[in-house]
Amino acid sequence: MTVAPARPRIYEGSRIPSPVPTILQIPEELRGSDDLLQVNFGPNHPSTHGVLRLLIDLHGETVVGLHALIGYLHTGFEKNMEQKTWWKAITYPERIDYVSFQNNELVFVLAIEQLLEIEVPRKATWMRMLLAELNRIHSHLVWLGTSGLELGAISMFWYCFREREAVLDLFELVAGARMHTRYFQAGGLAEDIPRGFFTECRKFVERMPHAVDEYEQLVDRNQIWLERTQDVGLLSASDAIALGQSGPVLRASGVDWDLRRDQPYLAYGDVDFRVAVYPNGDVYDRYRVRMDEMRESTRIVAQCLDRLEQMDFEPWIADDRKVVLPPREELHTSMESLIHHFKIVTEGYRVPEGEVYVTIESPRGECGCYVVSDGGPKPWRVKFRAPSFVALEATATCLRESLIADMIAIVGSLDTVMGEVDR
Amino acid sequence: VTESIWDVVPGHVETYEAHGETTVVVKRESLVEACDYLRDEHGFSFLSDITATDYLGWDRAAVSGYIGTAQGRDLNEPMTQGLQKLPRPKPKRFAMNYHLLALRRGDGRRLRVQVWLDDGEPVPSVVPVWPTADWHEREAWDMMGIPVEGHPNLTRILMEDDWEGHPLRKDYPIGGEPVRFSDAE
Repeated sequence: MTVAPARPRIYEGSRIPSPVPTILQIPEELRGSDDLLQVNFGPNHPSTHGVLRLLIDLHGETVVGLHALIGYLHTGFEKNMEQKTWWKAITYPERIDYVSFQNNELVFVLAIEQLLEIEVPRKATWMRMLLAELNRIHSHLVWLGTSGLELGAISMFWYCFREREAVLDLFELVAGARMHTRYFQAGGLAEDIPRGFFTECRKFVERMPHAVDEYEQLVDRNQIWLERTQDVGLLSASDAIALGQSGPVLRASGVDWDLRRDQPYLAYGDVDFRVAVYPNGDVYDRYRVRMDEMRESTRIVAQCLDRLEQMDFEPWIADDRKVVLPPREELHTSMESLIHHFKIVTEGYRVPEGEVYVTIESPRGECGCYVVSDGGPKPWRVKFRAPSFVALEATATCLRESLIADMIAIVGSLDTVMGEVDR
Repeated sequence: VTESIWDVVPGHVETYEAHGETTVVVKRESLVEACDYLRDEHGFSFLSDITATDYLGWDRAAVSGYIGTAQGRDLNEPMTQGLQKLPRPKPKRFAMNYHLLALRRGDGRRLRVQVWLDDGEPVPSVVPVWPTADWHEREAWDMMGIPVEGHPNLTRILMEDDWEGHPLRKDYPIGGEPVRFSDAE
């Protein structure tokens, strides 16, 4: 781990509140003052990206107290997954983080595969990587569009959603659904890559770098955008690590850490990409990290395409009849296949006893999945380490002594998805 | 039994490796000491996650999950889908898993610290070691009912403040809670 040198503007020491690290308490000298105003923000507010509630104490325009309240979108995903067979439970993680659905699906499937110790064909690995990176672009586009909208850069939203549509069209081409594709199976992919996908994807890869240039032209030299984002919502490297921050938030604080490079999964060790790191820990640097990541993701997608185009007639899923559904056409001719199909669909495959904690670099940071199996057809316990949940723990530190007007920019820059926070 | 570098972790009980992951089981009383040691001596500066797990009914035959009934929370019928073999028994009902990470470029290392607890047995808070533990521990209390000793603000986090029971426990059924604002209440 290396920490890049910071501009002198970043603070020294720790700004994490005490005794509770996630609650900013009104300073002693202000308590009981008539100038204090408590504002309730949310849970239903268009700029909280879901149902986040913040209780804010204001002194003039300055935030002096902050209490983040969550749980308004708790849907019991983890409890529900315990009641479903393994292969049915794969649909749930996508809905936990409904913006980076394929990454969440991926981490759960990887966890099942680690317990099963099943070999995944290389075509599936590269296709998963391609889709995970497209999904990262999609997620960052949604972030950039909505965050721009909140700060008054309204046209940003339309530009971002134009490219987002293109990504969703690619997902639709692959899996038949625009979101929540459920394209990953334990052992590989649900279906082969459809004809025509590579051509369409190439078009997107050629177009995307120009689109990112366009976004930068829209905001990056816009004085309003710069003043609203620079030196706002500061978080130092040591505070970011202590608060468990990950992904773009961590890298914008100058910590050079990316699971794709530092703990490679899939085939990330075989592709060339740069990890975007910025030193100042403000909203602007978080924006910069995400812009750079969109470019790098496009490069990774292009490299995946180069490899995948040479794997045309290779298998896309492992040939393990105890886990993987047999090919559809065999059901009419083979008794064995029919039995396997029936057993997997009705009872589900059994996953050997054990526990694993699998992590991937999702668009929001370290997405972890802790899975316990008792050897039966259903997960005993599934727990998601949601990067957004942890990101919200940093609100009190980031918002310390900031102006109320900056709050939207700061909360937005943490890029939280409430479905994932509340699970 | 082979010697490992984890034997000297304070309160060390056992170490096991599975699926390429190392788990260090420590005594409940020396958890904070062990975490301090791992953070300072082994560079585990990053707490990735805390997970509480309920193992009620774990090694009983023909039980692989509970299902709730509409009659109420107390009526739990074990499901009938059987297991091929019994899993190895666990020492106590609850496990607290602390997933640690050492941020080393190109060589990220992980470690799981595990503590075993009976129902209602408190676990010391690791907030002084890693501030990020705050919400994770509140979630463990809210969802599993693990009392965390010394936590600065141990309140419910996902469920509402007056909620009864801890939803992720195995004896808490799905579909068993009363429906609000209905005649059934």
